[in-house]
Amino acid sequence: MSDTTSSRPATGPGPRDLPTVDITGWTCPAPLRETPRVVMGHGGGGALTAELVQQIFVPAFGGELLGQLGDSAVFPLGGQRLAFSTDSYVVRPLFFPGGSIGDLAVNGTVNDLAMSGARAAYLSCGFILEEGVEMPVVAGVADAMGAAARAAGVEVATGDTKVVEAGRGDGVYLNTAGIGVIPPGVDLRPQRVVPGDVVIVSGDIGVHGVAIMSVREGLEFGVEIESDCAALGGLVQAMLAVTPDLHVLRDPTRGGLAAALNEIATASATGVVIDERAVPVPPAVANACAILGLDPMYVANEGKLVAFVPREHADAVLDAMRAHPLGVGAAVIGEAVAAHPGMVVARTPLGGTRVVDLPLGEQLPRIC
Amino acid sequence: MKYLDEFQNPELARRLLDEIRGMVTRPWALMEVCGGQTHTIIRHGIDQLLPEEVELIHGPGCPVCVTPLAVIDKALEIAARPEVIFCSFGDMLRVPGTDRDLFRVRSEGGDVRVVYSPLDALKIAQQNPDREVVFFGIGFETTAPPNAMAVHQARRLGLDNFSMLVSHVRVPPAIEAIMNSPSCRVQGFLAAGHVCSVMGVDEYPALAERFGVPIVVTGFEPLDILEGIRRTVRQLERGEHTVENAYPRAVRPEGNPAARAMLADVFEVADRSWRGIGTIPASGWRLSERYRGYDAEHRFSVEGIATREPAACRSGEVLQGLIKPHECQAFGTTCTPRTPLGATMVSSEGACAAYYLYRRLGTAPTPLEATPVV
Repeated sequence: MSDTTSSRPATGPGPRDLPTVDITGWTCPAPLRETPRVVMGHGGGGALTAELVQQIFVPAFGGELLGQLGDSAVFPLGGQRLAFSTDSYVVRPLFFPGGSIGDLAVNGTVNDLAMSGARAAYLSCGFILEEGVEMPVVAGVADAMGAAARAAGVEVATGDTKVVEAGRGDGVYLNTAGIGVIPPGVDLRPQRVVPGDVVIVSGDIGVHGVAIMSVREGLEFGVEIESDCAALGGLVQAMLAVTPDLHVLRDPTRGGLAAALNEIATASATGVVIDERAVPVPPAVANACAILGLDPMYVANEGKLVAFVPREHADAVLDAMRAHPLGVGAAVIGEAVAAHPGMVVARTPLGGTRVVDLPLGEQLPRIC
Repeated sequence: MKYLDEFQNPELARRLLDEIRGMVTRPWALMEVCGGQTHTIIRHGIDQLLPEEVELIHGPGCPVCVTPLAVIDKALEIAARPEVIFCSFGDMLRVPGTDRDLFRVRSEGGDVRVVYSPLDALKIAQQNPDREVVFFGIGFETTAPPNAMAVHQARRLGLDNFSMLVSHVRVPPAIEAIMNSPSCRVQGFLAAGHVCSVMGVDEYPALAERFGVPIVVTGFEPLDILEGIRRTVRQLERGEHTVENAYPRAVRPEGNPAARAMLADVFEVADRSWRGIGTIPASGWRLSERYRGYDAEHRFSVEGIATREPAACRSGEVLQGLIKPHECQAFGTTCTPRTPLGATMVSSEGACAAYYLYRRLGTAPTPLEATPVV
């Protein structure tokens, strides 16, 4: 607390002292500026996560590749361009409608590689098991991983197992890392986005996050919502077959579509305008979000992608996506623009406009 | 979803806007009482679409925003105790107390849990008989009945390890306080539909008559808001000031008798302080005498709390409708959702949060002189 902050009783407004306060020297008493300990928002995929990475991890590790901050590191090796990625999975419950932590651990890393245009080749797998977990649970997770890997055409090539004491884990935590090969001519990165690019999503958004919430919190929304967890490598290959000149791809996982679009807008220094009416949100997800006070744009997905495509290729790419089982619901939702670089703006159904911001941390259900 | 789509229909919205434009002959200032309505207005750009004569002033109806700092500090102190499981709705966790929030308490070892209903907290109390389970009972008439029900159930079940930190507030006294202010510019109210769905509309005719203002009970979807505005403007243009129900699909004149009975059983009306505004007589509830044993303030000694409000924060003026959020010098500079000075910037229903999230494109902070209400 800075000396420039005056004391004021909790009740009663008192005289307004703004003109005498030097707000440039003011220290916010809120806890989020100075976080001496990790809070849940640091893992939410929003602004707090970005700050953690940029202020602690990047300076500690250095290195050019990490500084790119892409879903995968992309580098040349042995005459080929490789993509390398890792992710950890701490989801509860371990099994949920439409998938399991095992499916997530495979598909998540395969998708991170796919967003670089890479065809995933090999995965590693790290199990952190909690003492006392039933063996059939572990076997179920492993079986799900194996099935997901076979479906994605990737081999789990190496792994590791650790056990932590009872009470120090949520049953099973998983880490996967993956490596894949990027075909010649493919160069997917936000810096290639230019005004005029068409923004396409591959289908309904918000499904995975609402599915997890419904089972984790015991909420019922009238219909069962299944996670969209899926490996997107095949869909990406179908898109690249139309043109290798896609500009950027992202899978909007934590932080949802809003976070993915903001990351691209920031990294490309272009503006993004989306038409809210064009964003596909299934009724059950809209329903659940309306009840909880959440915005589907910020809810996690696990089997969707967002693509920035040169305008001249957009129709053909859209057709190719809709011809693929994982892109049937593909839709054009907006475009990149020269105005408001680094910001995402939505046209509302009524004709107004609003900013679509990077989420701070986790979305929180509102009081009423 | 069909049901939601029906209340966001752009064609119907255009017709309502045309009708409003057609009837307006001079400037009118309307207050939407509820923070949920504020977010609908800003998120959908309704204020941008209205004729310039119709100004919307954002009211004090965000339950998180008006919870006094002293109560939040008490919550933080109770939540940090090792014997306590502290249960709260999610959006209270990020609201800053004097020097930390509930997320910080949790990261320091406090057992803080997000629940979706106070009855979930009761279940936790049943499952943890050796722990003290405290529920943070805040909000308006909307959340008070289920919270009352939880206390009622706790007594019925003999759950001695359950208590509630209560900071409930009532809307009609706040409307009265706003209208009594010499600097008040409000000429008509969009009353909060969910509050009226519990309490009915009995409390409003006297206010409409006394202050000569139309009060239109209004829902939360874009078409609800536009219909509420249309009816309020129509009354103003005709020189009328009655109470109308523009939300009949949810609000009956008598409200919800069962919920009101539960409120009467568990709570009693009391003076309450509102963060950023001050104490308003008879503007809240506390647990009645026979439920006093479930009052967390009585169960835990939390006296001697010293609060410090940030001096630069003008959220009180925002809550009273005296300034718009972007007219505060700190808006978007020293005060953001990442570094909030006041609860209005951090709450999911806060007006400052709405402006920051949806409307900061091209808005320049402009200082405006204003005087607090009470």
